[in-house]
Amino acid sequence: MSGAEKIAVKVTDVVPLNDLVTRFKFERVDGGLLPTFSGGAHTVVEMPEGDITRLNPYSLMSDPMDQSAYTISVRRDDEGRGGSLFMHNKVKVGDEMTISYPVNLFSLDLRAKKHLFLAGGIGITPFLAQIKQLERFNGNWELHYACRTESLGSYVDELTSHHPNETHIYYDDQDDKIDLLNLLDGQPLGTHIYVCGPKGMIDWVRNTAAAEGWPREAIHYEEFLAPQPGKPFEVKLAVSNKVIQVGEQESLLEAMEREGVDAPYLCRGGACGQCETRVIDYTGNFIHRDHWLDDDEHANGEKIMPCVSRFEGKTLVLDR
Amino acid sequence: MSKFQFPQSIKSRPVYGTLEPREGSAHLFIADAHGAEAILDVATTSLMAKAHIIYIPKGEAFEDDLRALNAASFYAGPSYAAAEQRIHKALADAKMGLQVYLAGTEGVMGQAQNAAMQAGIPHTAIQTEHRGSTARRMQCVHCKGITEDVETDPFQCAHCGLHLFVRDHYSRRLAAYQGVRIDAEDHGNVPEPKGIYE
Repeated sequence: MSGAEKIAVKVTDVVPLNDLVTRFKFERVDGGLLPTFSGGAHTVVEMPEGDITRLNPYSLMSDPMDQSAYTISVRRDDEGRGGSLFMHNKVKVGDEMTISYPVNLFSLDLRAKKHLFLAGGIGITPFLAQIKQLERFNGNWELHYACRTESLGSYVDELTSHHPNETHIYYDDQDDKIDLLNLLDGQPLGTHIYVCGPKGMIDWVRNTAAAEGWPREAIHYEEFLAPQPGKPFEVKLAVSNKVIQVGEQESLLEAMEREGVDAPYLCRGGACGQCETRVIDYTGNFIHRDHWLDDDEHANGEKIMPCVSRFEGKTLVLDR
Repeated sequence: MSKFQFPQSIKSRPVYGTLEPREGSAHLFIADAHGAEAILDVATTSLMAKAHIIYIPKGEAFEDDLRALNAASFYAGPSYAAAEQRIHKALADAKMGLQVYLAGTEGVMGQAQNAAMQAGIPHTAIQTEHRGSTARRMQCVHCKGITEDVETDPFQCAHCGLHLFVRDHYSRRLAAYQGVRIDAEDHGNVPEPKGIYE
């Protein structure tokens, strides 16, 4: 079975935080302890609905050393493929669900002298766990958190009351913007930046820091892409000797799984590289959406990331 | 001729490049002997306006040329050990955006890289360019003593006196290559030393 090992959990708390975000708490069905994790880790939540099972990654936001329960916060996406709507509308206290062991693609670099966190909206969640981790050994950190409005500022109260000196909040509707150049200027040597939020914010931070001479290795980012719906297409899987149809509302990876093909994956969001698949033959166009392959690889048609990328055309043959 | 083409080796062996100007809030240059030539090659007026040059001449006559670059700050001193306080102070006061350029011998580049890493710069973000002597800084794996400027293989450890084989196995933490007793199995059977790259 691909992906990280599974854990059977039950939902023990569902807390709506505001119009868009709801928090879910999971405890083991067998009453045992959950694995510890490191701040920035996510879990993949299985959401069976009818014929299809969606698997969405969510950052763990609870204390990484708390083995009694995990919590995640889910932002409702009315335009998406329904994973977040399933969580918001269907999941109730007492439900049993399957989640994966924690996987961390956004870990702290503990060699850093200082950790500078930049969050946009729901991108706050991995930092909540990282802050708890750093607080255990008196780590040097600072958070700059941009939210749309005060009412949508998830966990702002908790952060500002527990960490008034480290937390800086910016509200879009009050024309508050992170003064990035000023913030980057004068940070002590050994500072690492971590950014999680919308793509535009991540690009802005990465590009600005690079232009100011910050080393690439000191800039960390996490952006989960949800698979986007698209036109149905047909794929031939050479190793499995199957021809499968990818539906409008499912990803190529999900279609392979539906057909019983054990395809590798970890993040399911175009980031980790685990599902990279070799293209044997194709006639048509790739719709690459991952940020694992580089521009050359996106252009040469030799590889595809089935978790988020699609295809339009006549023939696609994969080495799977 | 201050450039040397090192033979292909194991992954552990450092690979040096050619200094190039980078965007940055400040520029720290640390070089010894012929490393000065690499600084002279890369220097521009705008780079020098925010540059701090720390130079160890080791008997080479580049000091006046370097001084003429008009770096914001210039220091020349007799040895790496003598310059070390200044290097640590420069790194401790530095902010993100600092670019580090190292040039010259492996021993000085390795020690300066180590100081910059300890100060929080990822080693991959530190530029290096080898110039001049190919002598190595070696650590004796037996007594742990460091012998500087080793030019022959085998060589005698300056601390415990064992005859050591010069390996390409390198430690960034120690800024030294590994020297292992060459006659460990057959005491006294020490081959005639020759140049490391002969």
